[in-house]
Amino acid sequence: MVLEKYILAAITTNPSKIPSGTAVFHCEDKKEMEIIAANLEAILDGIAHALTEELYVIVKH
Amino acid sequence: MSEYTYPILFGLAIGTLTRIYMLRTDYRQYPTYLHGKIIHVALGFIAAGLGTVAIPSIMEEDFTAITFLTLAASQFREVRNMERNTLTELDSYEMVPRGKTYIEGVAIAFESRNYLVIFTSLLSTLGYLLFNIWGGLAAAVLAIVVSTKLMSGGRLKDIVDVEFVEPRFDGAGLYVDNIYIMNIGLPERQEEVLRYGMGFILNPKNFNARSTIANLGQRQAILHDVSTALGVYRDSGTPALVPLAKRDLDDGRVGVFVLPQVKDVNKALRVIEAVPTLENAIRMPSERQTNGKGS
Repeated sequence: MVLEKYILAAITTNPSKIPSGTAVFHCEDKKEMEIIAANLEAILDGIAHALTEELYVIVKH
Repeated sequence: MSEYTYPILFGLAIGTLTRIYMLRTDYRQYPTYLHGKIIHVALGFIAAGLGTVAIPSIMEEDFTAITFLTLAASQFREVRNMERNTLTELDSYEMVPRGKTYIEGVAIAFESRNYLVIFTSLLSTLGYLLFNIWGGLAAAVLAIVVSTKLMSGGRLKDIVDVEFVEPRFDGAGLYVDNIYIMNIGLPERQEEVLRYGMGFILNPKNFNARSTIANLGQRQAILHDVSTALGVYRDSGTPALVPLAKRDLDDGRVGVFVLPQVKDVNKALRVIEAVPTLENAIRMPSERQTNGKGS
């Protein structure tokens, strides 16, 4: 089976909302979250999607 | 020299010239200079040869010679395979791929144009042998006119109305009109997308068109053509900057989101209107007897 989409990492400012089973990056504030998401997007060749204001995921398409 | 030498040479020349005429390198950048062209002119020459000797063979009552026209069929089916394989291989390196449906359309065109060459050569040699060189020329002109008509397919503007809409964000969601395109999280990416992005709505003119533009291959062809004509703001490793076409499930409209390098609305509209309707994407639900005419 070929996975077409896969969550590579999650970036959050709210530790209580972290998903399990994937790499999670905790951030102090939204600004830090955006910087880390932008870097991870470039490194992982994925797209940073915003699920909520405090949770981003990097998805490989 | 036999009595057939001139008619055969004439048929060969007309056939090869027809192939050259049909072998246009246009915005699709295909076939490329110079070797791609040589292959097709050579194959066109062979096709012209096959078509042109058919008539003298019949006149000499050498009917078995006609059977090698069947050879032509398998020969040119091979042309189609060749084109399909090449383009499929190359497609993975395109910024915005053509898509399988578009490739199949190109491959079919290459095969069928060789048959048009056979047809043209056959008719012109027949005209020459029945009348004289002028008869041959008249037959050639007629055949070329018919070929030109047969080789030009429909354009998108025949089946849809295209309208420009500025794309917008609702939260992290990117929209063209009310059609959801994708989720872009980073604010800087969003700014980029708004700066370079253009949105278009394709309104199908009837029920048949609705199914045709729903075809994923047809949508990919639109994205590819716009990206070739106007450039694309994209690189490998920036998957967020991807042109996409999504469908409104309620009424079958298609929202096209592109990132051209040249942000010229009129040009983009003209490019989209001139996208060929792929023959493999055309659907005609109205031809079913249970349905009415397309409305």
